[in-house]
Amino acid sequence: MKIAVITDLHANREAVQAVLEHAAAQGAQHHAFVGDFVGYGGDPAWVVDCVRQHVEGGATAVMGNHDAAVAQGARRTMRAEARFVIDWTRERLDAGQLDFLDRLPMTHERGDLLFVHANAYAPPEWGYVEGKSEAVRSLLATRQRITFCGHMHEPMLYHLSATGKSGSFVPVAGEAIPLLASRRWLVIPGSAGQPRDGNPAACYALYDEDAAELTYWRVPYDHEAAMAKIRAAGLPQSLAARLADGN
Amino acid sequence: METETDSTLEPANRAPLAAGTIVDGWQLEEKLHTGGMAHLWRVTRVSGGSGTEPASNDVPADLPLIMKVPRIMGGEDPASIVGFEVEQMILPALQGPHVPRFVARGDFSREPYIVMERIDGPSLRARLDEAPLAIDEVIEIGSRVATALHELHRQHLVHLDVKPSNIVFRADGTAVMVDFGLSHHDRLPDLLDEEFSLPMGTGPYISPEQVQYVRDDPRSDLFALGVMLYHFTTGQRPFGSPVTVRGLRRRLYVDPIPPRALRADCPPWLQEVILKCLEVKAERRWQSGAQLALALQDPTQVPLTARAQRAHVSNAFQRLKRWFFAIGAEPQTSPLEGVTSQVMRSPIVMAAIDVDQASGELLDRLRETVRRIVVTEPGARLACVSVMKTARIGMDELVDAAGQSVHVKQLVGLKHWARPISKQLNLEDGRLTFHVLEAPDAATAIVEFAARNQVDQIVMGARGNSTLRRYLGSVSSQVVAQADCTVTVVRA
Repeated sequence: MKIAVITDLHANREAVQAVLEHAAAQGAQHHAFVGDFVGYGGDPAWVVDCVRQHVEGGATAVMGNHDAAVAQGARRTMRAEARFVIDWTRERLDAGQLDFLDRLPMTHERGDLLFVHANAYAPPEWGYVEGKSEAVRSLLATRQRITFCGHMHEPMLYHLSATGKSGSFVPVAGEAIPLLASRRWLVIPGSAGQPRDGNPAACYALYDEDAAELTYWRVPYDHEAAMAKIRAAGLPQSLAARLADGN
Repeated sequence: METETDSTLEPANRAPLAAGTIVDGWQLEEKLHTGGMAHLWRVTRVSGGSGTEPASNDVPADLPLIMKVPRIMGGEDPASIVGFEVEQMILPALQGPHVPRFVARGDFSREPYIVMERIDGPSLRARLDEAPLAIDEVIEIGSRVATALHELHRQHLVHLDVKPSNIVFRADGTAVMVDFGLSHHDRLPDLLDEEFSLPMGTGPYISPEQVQYVRDDPRSDLFALGVMLYHFTTGQRPFGSPVTVRGLRRRLYVDPIPPRALRADCPPWLQEVILKCLEVKAERRWQSGAQLALALQDPTQVPLTARAQRAHVSNAFQRLKRWFFAIGAEPQTSPLEGVTSQVMRSPIVMAAIDVDQASGELLDRLRETVRRIVVTEPGARLACVSVMKTARIGMDELVDAAGQSVHVKQLVGLKHWARPISKQLNLEDGRLTFHVLEAPDAATAIVEFAARNQVDQIVMGARGNSTLRRYLGSVSSQVVAQADCTVTVVRA
């Protein structure tokens, strides 16, 4: 089974559409959405509906920090800009959509795979896997051999050997990487809706369970259209600009 | 579904493998070889065969196969385990005639193995005992191996353990690199990078930068090839067989005895080629396998420097100086953007010039186009080629006085054509070569030269005269259709 792992969609309809089309062309049979469906972008309702439809058809989805914040309402401790985006997003979602976000599970397991938005050691605390030490901590916190995370928007691959040696790798799009069974792996596909590694093309990863091969992909999409929606909505200009720069 | 824990590195209660055993649908037929790190079994596929295979694996049913099974010497030997993991990861990413084709792998959780194409030909290891070899044979081995290495470097791989026992020849003479347990692939995680605190490689062949832990410079493989060629030429190893890090570091400041001091009939150009492979600084070596292969195939074009004439090792004072600078020296290679970008920055550009037929205007346009391409890459080499037509039959008669004079005339014409860019781009220091090919068909000769020399780009003129084109056909269109590389066709 080929699984398309899509994370940090951030209400970016154009990016999500392009990624889904690309994944279909690659033969994806299953979808895993690893959180942060909303926040930042101008199309929250469409993206939530899209994920919900996939989940009704058997897809996997877990909760991200933006989904939790929107479902539960902004807290006073948040920065003003973040509160503004959350309030704006809540106004655009109906009760059913908000309920869908609120009921998302924190983690999902499938075979020896784990899907979790931030990390495996404390999923609801939303700590970032910023480097090898957090990656190793996460890999040791689960029995599952392969963990798929979002939260970090840059694509990354971490691995841990049976003797405790760990490594990190910045992946190249389109190259199939065998995820050897002798190691544990932590896969960060990178953000579909708001890439931050200097490349504006949307990120996702495709995992082929039978061949045990992982391929990172970059999909160019109409980011001008996504930017125009953010501007038209009166959301902070910086949220539009960063889609063009990819940072 | 089974969940695996990390305690399964050494498969529990594994029955010893024996002929007749079936592993994942592969039947072990016969043990072919037991090496330091692995056993090799001849296998056949029974019942479909399983193990983990790439989705797009369409292996021909009659492909002869071997299974490589690591020898795991207790839990204390991470080197053999990680090396095997590296090979499991890298081999599926490689293609083409210079590697054994990957078929399937089995994981450490059950039975670790790799099933791959069996290459029947002999390994170069046996020839080492026969060294010194005939000079012609050294050249032949060198150019075949350099060609194979270049093809792997183009696929983002540095082998990092180039030595005779890791080189096998197919029946048609194609060199095949085997054993990727120490290799680095730019687009795959490097499992060895942070694993060990000692330099990785084989003592006699390891490059100075490998001693300094650099794992992504393709020129490391050309250093190792230089060690091989030195050994095949002289019967001696240039740096002995050190086993300590201190011994390995000696090659940073002690240069080898020049081959000609050990073997008088080693031509100066071959000494130049070998010593250039063995330069301590990678940027002073051949910059790509293709450039090295080109030199070996056309000795008359090798520019001779002081290396060719060197008769002694450097004196004690020079050594002391180099030793001093080598203490704690960090690798000085310029930052690489990857294995392939290094070889891409050192392309071979082939200018196919019809010096007799082309119009003056076309020759000017060709020169300008070639200049624009070569000027962008300081590492580029320019090979100027013309084709001297020979009759399809009666080839022998051509090697006469008239034939010779035509040959020389074409060479003179080529040099004259290249002179303005040679001066302007300062190509005289060995970046420019001239070749007059003798063949009945120009297009075929150009395509074959480009393939043999791993040319990156061909620049040639379109046949201007439409009547000629109608009767003789277009050489350039045939080259465009048949060449493996980029072809730029220039019109006046």
